Amino acid sequence: MEAFTRLTAVAVPFDLPNVDTDRLVPARFLRKPRGPECARFLFHDLRFDAAGVERPDFVLNQPAYRGARILVAAANFGCGSSREMAVWVLEAFGIRAVIAPSLGDIFHQNCFKNGLLPVILPDGVVAGLRRQLHERPGASLTVDLPVQTVTAPDGSVARFEIDAFRKELLLAGRDELELTIAYEGRITAFEARQREAMPWLAGR
Amino acid sequence: MWVRHVVAEGPGGHVLLYVDRHLIHEGGTKALTRLVLAGRRVRRPDLTLATADHYVLTSPGAFAGDPEVSAMVETLARHTAEQGITYFGVGDERRGIVHVVGPEQGWTLPGITLVCGDSHTSTHGAFGALAFGIGSTEVEHVLATQTVWQRRPRVMRVTVDGRPGFGVGAKDVILAVIGRIGAGGATGHVIEYAGTAIRAMTMDERMTVCNMSIEAGARAGMVAPDETTFAYLAGRPFAPRGESWTRAVAAWRGLATDPDAAFDREVRLDAGEIAPTLTWGTSPQDALPITAHIPDPGHIEDPARRQAVTRALAYMGLRPGQPLQGLAVDRVFIGSCTNSRLDDLRLAARIVRGRRAVVRAWVVPGSGLIKRQAEAEGLDQIFRDAGLEWRQPGCSMCVGMNGEVARQGDRVASTSNRNFEGRQGQGARTHLMSPAMAAAAAVTGRLTDVRTLGG
Repeated sequence: MEAFTRLTAVAVPFDLPNVDTDRLVPARFLRKPRGPECARFLFHDLRFDAAGVERPDFVLNQPAYRGARILVAAANFGCGSSREMAVWVLEAFGIRAVIAPSLGDIFHQNCFKNGLLPVILPDGVVAGLRRQLHERPGASLTVDLPVQTVTAPDGSVARFEIDAFRKELLLAGRDELELTIAYEGRITAFEARQREAMPWLAGR
Repeated sequence: MWVRHVVAEGPGGHVLLYVDRHLIHEGGTKALTRLVLAGRRVRRPDLTLATADHYVLTSPGAFAGDPEVSAMVETLARHTAEQGITYFGVGDERRGIVHVVGPEQGWTLPGITLVCGDSHTSTHGAFGALAFGIGSTEVEHVLATQTVWQRRPRVMRVTVDGRPGFGVGAKDVILAVIGRIGAGGATGHVIEYAGTAIRAMTMDERMTVCNMSIEAGARAGMVAPDETTFAYLAGRPFAPRGESWTRAVAAWRGLATDPDAAFDREVRLDAGEIAPTLTWGTSPQDALPITAHIPDPGHIEDPARRQAVTRALAYMGLRPGQPLQGLAVDRVFIGSCTNSRLDDLRLAARIVRGRRAVVRAWVVPGSGLIKRQAEAEGLDQIFRDAGLEWRQPGCSMCVGMNGEVARQGDRVASTSNRNFEGRQGQGARTHLMSPAMAAAAAVTGRLTDVRTLGG
């Protein structure tokens, strides 16, 4: 997993609330392998018309936002299914941070597993960021994980919360499986205790 | 329950939580393949159960639409055999939708932690299990370690008291709840469902309610186990037996929430005030009684909400102020992990009996065993006589991964759980509703108040 520390990059505003994972990546692409080609599936049915031609009015297709690496969304972004490809397509497109007032629960978890930083900020702050990005298309934001801040185009700074566990893994670019392997002895001990206390859970 | 599953305390309030039961379907194939490539084995194959549901076709006699799908299903069969995981594959009567199969087999038990790489894992909370969906990386983590890293969620109680009226069931209750609290209303919470209306529900109905908890943003939904739960589980293949059963039930009786427990959020609904409910828009929160009219964005003050409603109306091909009742539908889908169980099929059959479907309508049972039981009760014949298609078990056009989708512009009366744009096919327009309401739409070709058809 790629580490995340500080990122200054073009940010794209996405105003719709409740953007679901089916919009992020339609179901018919889920059988495709993960990889750079996945970038085309991101918001596929919003970005392209029936003939596969880009819709010029769609925000990601506007010249100023090409190369965006930060997405500033509205409430409940990424709601819906557990499909991790919703994160993989963002990553393939180049997005490394999503800023929103709230995120779909499983999507939020999936972001951390892939080195994509989800930033939760109050609705008013996020709306303010989107407004600035609309006023100055192509403007950059800075997301600083070590000090937990987002710096807006107008220079204002907002601090976000992130728990120490997630932060540590992201900063180190370390995945959970590596970490958990170190707990193997504890897992084995837990299983032995549970076999005693709740023998009906033992499986076949 | 939480404390009993903590293997270790990690940094930042995170704990390593033990997973008692893991369910996988074709979507888990990628994770299994990565695990094997990394040179690891499944830690507890005996706590893992696999079935094929998302990609398998439901047209009678067929199983794969293309080589990509057959390869995926064959890979799952091979990996599960190599790892010693029980697998209900094509041709096995126990195969079906993962969230239908788990409970049906007695795999899902009270007091356990259960995960699956699918958001509707919340279904299993109907048994008093802590059950939630995970992503593909976490599936691999669980396969390798039988644990997940989690932070303690907040808790919310949704109390539904009273008796629902004629024609009103579990689906109407949960749509009314989501309509009330919103699609993000329970984000970061586990919902506990309580109240006399919930207690009076069958297990099939409780599963419908818990299934859609994720549509309100909740990580999980739960109902405290009771006699209804124990009666459902007794004698199921994977449920404990004999002495073990007696010990288990004694422990399960102690799982109920303390009467004075504190919740981070409380919501109350009166079941008697809920009408048959359905969605008009492109989020499950766009739910209204069948007697209502399409909202007018001109009357909405919040600009973001106004924009979302305007967009949803355009996608759904609707005009502000239009009555929901009487809107012509093109297709009907009765199935999905929300509504494909025996109770659901019986409800739908009661409505279509002696009538004729006037639009294309599919009935997709949740598992092979449900299909067999429905056939033993003659439900399939009732559906066939009414002109509905009786199909093989699977997820089918709830998610459309197997290619079973509606056409551009088709208006679908659906018992599934999501009405997102493009969910049931590019440009398809989904209205979520109960099996009884979907059956009513099948025989009238319109969105119809099932109460007007009589019982």
